[in-house]
Amino acid sequence: MPKLMEVVKNDNLFTSGHRACAGCPAPIILRQALMVAGPNTVVSINTGCMEVVSTIDPFTSWNVPYIHEAFENSAAAISGVESCYEAFKKKGKIKKDMNFIAIGGDGGTYDIGIQALSGAIERGHRFLYICYDNEAYMNTGIQRSSATPYGSHTTTSPAGSVIPGKKQKRKDLTEIIVAHNIPYAAQASPAYRNDFMKKVEKALACGGPSFINIISPCPLGWRFNPDESIEIARLAVQTKFWPIYEAENGKYKITHKPREEVDIEEFLKVQGRFAHLFKPENRHIIDEIRKDIKYKWDRLERLERLYSD
Amino acid sequence: MSEAKKIDWKGVDDMPEMAVSLSTMRVNKTASWRNLKPIIDYDKCKPCGICWKFCPEPAILLKEDGSPVIDYDYCKGCGICVEECPRKAITMHREER
Repeated sequence: MPKLMEVVKNDNLFTSGHRACAGCPAPIILRQALMVAGPNTVVSINTGCMEVVSTIDPFTSWNVPYIHEAFENSAAAISGVESCYEAFKKKGKIKKDMNFIAIGGDGGTYDIGIQALSGAIERGHRFLYICYDNEAYMNTGIQRSSATPYGSHTTTSPAGSVIPGKKQKRKDLTEIIVAHNIPYAAQASPAYRNDFMKKVEKALACGGPSFINIISPCPLGWRFNPDESIEIARLAVQTKFWPIYEAENGKYKITHKPREEVDIEEFLKVQGRFAHLFKPENRHIIDEIRKDIKYKWDRLERLERLYSD
Repeated sequence: MSEAKKIDWKGVDDMPEMAVSLSTMRVNKTASWRNLKPIIDYDKCKPCGICWKFCPEPAILLKEDGSPVIDYDYCKGCGICVEECPRKAITMHREER
């Protein structure tokens, strides 16, 4: 973990003045990641909230080399950049060590970009992919994605008399990435900032493809006050809705275990997108979410025990 | 932080080979987004850097001694710093213009 006063020097890599909504934690994620990565970094972002808010023509928030890519291919673009760098380094045209970071939202990672990401990981390029998961297509108006949790209200799965929000369960992308035999994959939360920065440091040092999936509560889409976004990211971990863990060469380790049990209702009731679940006829959905969380947590704990010795 | 750079283009030959940005996003001041204004009570503040770490802009800067200063040109008034301050040293006040 780098020292605080060392990373302060790198705070100017993502500048203020960007147009992210007040209270959006995704710029915090970018700042924290760049503070660890330092100025010798190339960033590629696919279309999504963070691309739209940080690069409004002709301005840019980035003080590092930056490529904007189409919705599906930020991982493909960064693998090209990395190959080019390796070739130049072999010829002696570049001397310094560089980091490569691709960033995507959950729409560009879970749904549209998964084939480019899977391909880039399989080819073994040295890059870090950060997916900031706000659990729907927030930039285009809160449409459901495959990261949207079960029972959530979105504009394309509206809660009402016919359906109680999204009827399908979310896909577990981190598990899919771990199945690629990747050197480093992790799940993180912006509320546990030291944990996240440590994970970025580990991921950049692993010498191969790495992946971090980080929850990013969206005040607009999740329907809560902007000042609560970090608190909700913390509740997501405490209620085990979003367990933060890492898989280093397939070895699982839960990096934060909540000290006391917090019921999932604490996390659901502060968000407007789950408000309909508290009606008597939709109560069974909360029970099902609780059962799923318990199943996944038990599985994670068992996997951790499997590799603990 | 580097301020807006100006690039002089006189003819086609001066055009850069690849897409470049003309200036930084820092020319867009986002202060007008704010309805409530955070104010730090320096008597209560024990510089820990938590508000700085959680500021999305970043509109909270750290001085040499580690104490935070709010840059009101960019603060959007989201209130994350108020919520996260462990000593409750930051409070929200109605913005007056």
